[in-house]
This record gives sequence, structure tokens and C-alpha cells, in this order.
Amino acid sequence: MRAVDIVATAIGNSFRSRLRTTLTVIAIFIGAFTLTLTNGLGAGVNNYIDSQIASIGAPDVMNVTKPVVATAETEGPQPYEESGSTEVSSGVGPPGSTVQAMTDDDLDTIRAIDGVRTAAPIVSVRPDYIEYGTEGKFQLTVSPLSAGIRVELAAGTMFDTASSNLQIILPTTFIETLGFTGNDDAVGKTVTIAVTNALGEQTTVDAVVVGVQEPTLFGATPSLNEPLTSTLYDAQNVGIPTGTSSQYGSATVTFAADATEAEVAALKADLVTAGYAGTTVTDQIGTFQSVIDGIILVLNAFAVIALLAAGFGIINTLLMSVQERTREIGLMKAMGMSGGRIFALFSTEAVFIGFLGSTIGAGVAMLVGGIISQVLADGLLADLAGLQILTFTPGAIVTVLLLVMGIAFIAAVLPASRAARQSPIDSLRYE
Amino acid sequence: MTTPVLSIRNLTKHYGSGSSRFDALKGVTLDIADGESIAIVGKSGSGKSTLMHILAMLDAPSSGELIVDGTDASKLKGSRLNALRNRTFGFVFQQFFLTPNTTVLDNVMLPLKIARIPSRERTKRAMAALEKLELAEKSSSKAVDLSGGQKQRVVIARALVNNPRIIFADEPTGNLDSATGAVVEDLLFELNRTQGITLVIVTHDEDLAARASRRIYLKDGLVIDEPAVGARHTREVGA
Ligand SMILES: Nc1ncnc2c1ncn2[C@@H]1O[C@H](COP(=O)(O)OP(=O)(O)O)[C@@H](O)[C@H]1O
Ligand SMILES: [Mg+2]
Repeated sequence: MRAVDIVATAIGNSFRSRLRTTLTVIAIFIGAFTLTLTNGLGAGVNNYIDSQIASIGAPDVMNVTKPVVATAETEGPQPYEESGSTEVSSGVGPPGSTVQAMTDDDLDTIRAIDGVRTAAPIVSVRPDYIEYGTEGKFQLTVSPLSAGIRVELAAGTMFDTASSNLQIILPTTFIETLGFTGNDDAVGKTVTIAVTNALGEQTTVDAVVVGVQEPTLFGATPSLNEPLTSTLYDAQNVGIPTGTSSQYGSATVTFAADATEAEVAALKADLVTAGYAGTTVTDQIGTFQSVIDGIILVLNAFAVIALLAAGFGIINTLLMSVQERTREIGLMKAMGMSGGRIFALFSTEAVFIGFLGSTIGAGVAMLVGGIISQVLADGLLADLAGLQILTFTPGAIVTVLLLVMGIAFIAAVLPASRAARQSPIDSLRYE
Repeated sequence: MTTPVLSIRNLTKHYGSGSSRFDALKGVTLDIADGESIAIVGKSGSGKSTLMHILAMLDAPSSGELIVDGTDASKLKGSRLNALRNRTFGFVFQQFFLTPNTTVLDNVMLPLKIARIPSRERTKRAMAALEKLELAEKSSSKAVDLSGGQKQRVVIARALVNNPRIIFADEPTGNLDSATGAVVEDLLFELNRTQGITLVIVTHDEDLAARASRRIYLKDGLVIDEPAVGARHTREVGA
């Protein structure tokens, strides 16, 4: 038999027992459907994270902390360090994790490390409220991460780095609450921010809204430009004894923008040797991404288990098919069809069943996923602009199809080789 | 005399082993000449089908030799064996072995499909075979919708579509009433006469056997001389 005849005959055969084929196809459908959706979920989330990483500027920035030296349980406590062993909440990493406070000496040490261009302390600003017009006062949190991050703007422009004006970028979620009529309305307006100093006195600072940003994965916190941050910090530190105010939770280190991954790794290693830990924004997101990848892997494993179960369905279907067609096989062999071609005939039938199940499964998954994704993007996940929670890439779909057809082929090996080995005469003998 | 197409020497065949061993053929020697029609006659269980299957190389003998066209059959394996089965032999069985839910044409084309003949060519040849058997107008009917006689004619069309040299027929009229059986018999002998196709017919029907140019009588796995005239009256028992 020619290859086309084998394929045509195999397809014809699979339609001969329609109910059985349908049931097997449904089993495969479920597996392929699930696998396509879980893959789509992984791709969707990771794409979003990638686009977030891309939207984050400053690939030449690293966050540096001074970790508490780990003490193994069998060891005693570490010796007290005269200068600045105060532990402060790190603000990054798991809640409750602490780092040692850094001093200006630490900054000098860091500056001396090869590859470090600048090292500046990250100061934490704790404003009391933000206010515009007469709508009232609202709580304001400034995330330390927002320094160095380029954001997607819904209106206005980025900070003017050359300017020493006090500038702020508000997230879209603040706009209506503060009393602006729209994103464009906010741009150019002046808002008032208040901080309380160490003496308990509240002072206010005025800042100009230069832009409105889409909320990101890192939440919806306003970004302040450098002059505004320092102004607020200075206002907040009025009345603090000098020794204490020069302690920082972490520092921002810049390095060459064109540094290769190896150079960045070397820099991190040097920092570790010096007793510090450096993480780039990409590192932090990478951790996040590997958690997502882990979850997707587990989900995929479930889908593959479903497919394996479907594989046994295929074995069963084909065994019955071989049984039913014993005489036909015998006849074909008597007419000179080789065992190899009989094998090809039955395995093609299985692969075709796998093809049917997987294309329908993947197709329906794409359809359903597209709808779910759209509904979520307009509803639950509307705050995360640009997130298509289920993203289907041609590569992933083709992989699912090939995987399912591969499983179908493996499932066919036992029944098909049984058919191929059948002696013509045992098959033709009639009772 | 020319070399026989099929020649067997001291052929034995047994099934099972030990206490369940059964000797179906106990040493059969036979030559079949090109173009002759030969009837293998015997009661049910005498070993006729076993002998025919070995002749048609569908089964291997336990001992003895089979020579096909001067070649030792035990040396024919794999693709040469498949090619021989496909091109040299045609089969007509007591049961039709038609694929019920496919068309008459598809059933007849099966040997050509296996022979890797292109689609257009095989349709042409299958239609020609069906025309010969006056079944052309049934070509697109499902095999299951045909009468017994029509089915057997489809089987004959399938047997001769690849221009075989030998047609093996195992009880070809066993499932048919005597009128349709006679038509099928006529067809087979006509093929033998007009196209020179060697005909090997297995039967327990004396009347059918009488039409063959030669008869071989089997009893309990051995070739015997023509039985006494009285044997004809035990025909019904044999069925
Ligand atoms: N596969 C087999 N296993 C065991 N015994 C068999 C097998 N095939 C045939 N036989 C036995 O061999 C004998 C001859 O069978 P067969 O050639 O079919 O006889 P016939 O065609 O003359 O009726 C019978 O007794 C049958 O029971
Ligand atoms: Mg028989």
C-alpha cells in the first residue's frame, strides 16, 4: 500500500466504529484542552512579566543590601559590630526578613568595588497624605522600588531628569479619587504632600504632576522624582540626631549600561565577597517568573496525566479494532500486505485519532481561552493593562499537537504490532 | 511435461504437541500443472483446507517440501513472499471476507491497493473485473447490501483483478443455493478455460469436483484412490 492509501484507509477505518472513536477522541480532547489552556496561562503570565521587564528602565541599576550574616544553628551568635549593626526591615524579600543597616562607610566600600559607577542610599520616605483641591486628604505610600523604574504612561511625560522641580507621577487609580476629571486633566496640576518630622511637626511640600502611569505588577504607587524624594526626606528628618539619620536600609548601585550578564554576575560576586547582596530588578522578577513556571509545570503535569489516561483509551480502542478486523488483517496479509504496512495502518489510525482529539481540544481551548482572557482583561484584571492571561503561541499549539500524536503513536505500538504479527491463516480460519 | 507450478513432496502438518498433537496431513505428494483445474475432495476434517493453505503459502508445513515454480518455498520470505501472494495467487473462500461497510469497488480494489497501483489505474482494472462478472452497476453499493451470489461474484472479481496465475477456491459454493452455486462454478471454470488460470478447488461436493480436470481425494490427511461409487451417497453427511 502507498502512504496515501494507508492514511486514507486508516482514516476510513477510524470512522467505521464511530462511537468508539468519538469516546477516545473525547478523552484526548480533555487532555489536549487542559494542556493548551495551562500552556496558554503560562505564556500569558510570562509574556506579561516580560513586557513589564521591558517597560522597566534602568537595566544598569542594582539594589544592594547588607544581609545579616547567616548563623548555622550549631554556631554561636556572631560578634557585635561596633559600627551600624542595627537591623532594619529590608522592604524587599519575604516579609520579616531583615538586613543590617548601611552607613556612609558601607557606601564608600561599595563605591570602591570594581564596576560600580555610583552608589546612593535608598531613603525611605513616609508621607502622611496627598491632597489636591478640596476632595480631601488621601494616604500615600511610596514604594522604594519605584525608583529607577520606567513606567507606561497613560498621559503626560516622564520626569525631566535635568529639572530640579519637584515632580510626581500618579497612577491612574489616584486620578478620580484625588478629584481630577481625567488623566489629561491631572497633568500639570500641583498636588500637596505632607510629612511629619521627628519632632512631630507636619510640613507640606508642593509637587507638579508630570504624568499618569498605568498600574504595574508592582502595584499602583506614585513615583517621585529625585528632587521630590530628597525634599521629603529632608523634611522628614528634621530633628533626628545626625548619627541615626545616616543609616539606610539599602542602596542603589549603578553600573555600565552595556554590562554583559557575566559582568553583572561578577559584580554581584564581588559584592558578596565584600559582605553585601545585590539584586537587579530582573533578578526579582526572575524569581517571580520561576514560581509561575513551577505552577505551570504542575498544571501541565496534570494535563499530561490526563493525556496518558487517554493513551490507554487509545490502546483499548485499537485492541478492539484489531480484534474486530482479525479477518480483514488476515485477508490483507494473504493478499501480500507486509506486516510493516499493517503496523503503519493501525498506528496511523491511532495518530489520526490523536490528531482529531488534539486539534479539536486545542482549537476549543483557544476559543474558550480567548473569550475568558477577554472577559478577564475587561473585568477582574482590567487594572493590569496589557495582560492577556491566556496567550496561545503557534509553537506551543504545535507542541501540544505533536505531543498528543506522539502519545497516540506509542499507544498504538502494542495493538498495531499484534496486528502485524498475526498469521494470515489464524485470522482466516473460521469456526 | 513442463515443470509444475506447485509441487509438494511428503508434506505433513500437525497442530499442537504432546498429547494434544493432531496430524492433519500425514505425508502428501502432489504436482499441479500450469493451467489445469484440480479438485481436492474429501469429507469435513479430512485436511483439505490445511492442504490448500500450505499450497497457497498462507501456512507453513511441519515437514516435507513445497516448490513454487521451481523455487523452494521455504526460501521465500518477506517482500518476495508478499509479492508472490499478491501477484500469483487469488483467493475465493467459503466465507466472503468482504469489508461490509465499504463499497464493492473498494473491496475489489484491495489487492491493487496493496500492490501500490495508482488510484486511476486500479479503478479502471477493478471496473473491468466487475464488468466481466456483470456487477459494474453495483460498484458503488455497500458490500453488505448484496445477495449471497452477488457477494461471491465480488469475491471472484477481487480474486482475478490482479491477473493471478492460480486461483484457490475453498468451498466456493458452500454458502450458496444450488442455482447461484452453479453460476459461480461456471465462472470459475470459464476463467480456467479462457484465461488459463490454474484452478485449485477444495470441495466435498462430488458434482463440483466432477467438473475439474483432475481430482485428489483426501481422507484423514492422506491421499487415497477414488472412493467407491457408494461414496457419492454419503455426500450429505460430509457437509
Ligand atoms: N489451528 C488448528 N489447531 C488444531 N487443529 C486444527 C487446526 N486447524 C485445523 N485443525 C484440524 O485439522 C483437521 C483438518 O482441518 P481442515 O483442513 O480444516 O479440514 P477440512 O477443510 O477438510 O474440513 C481437522 O480435524 C481440524 O480440526
Ligand atoms: Mg475446510
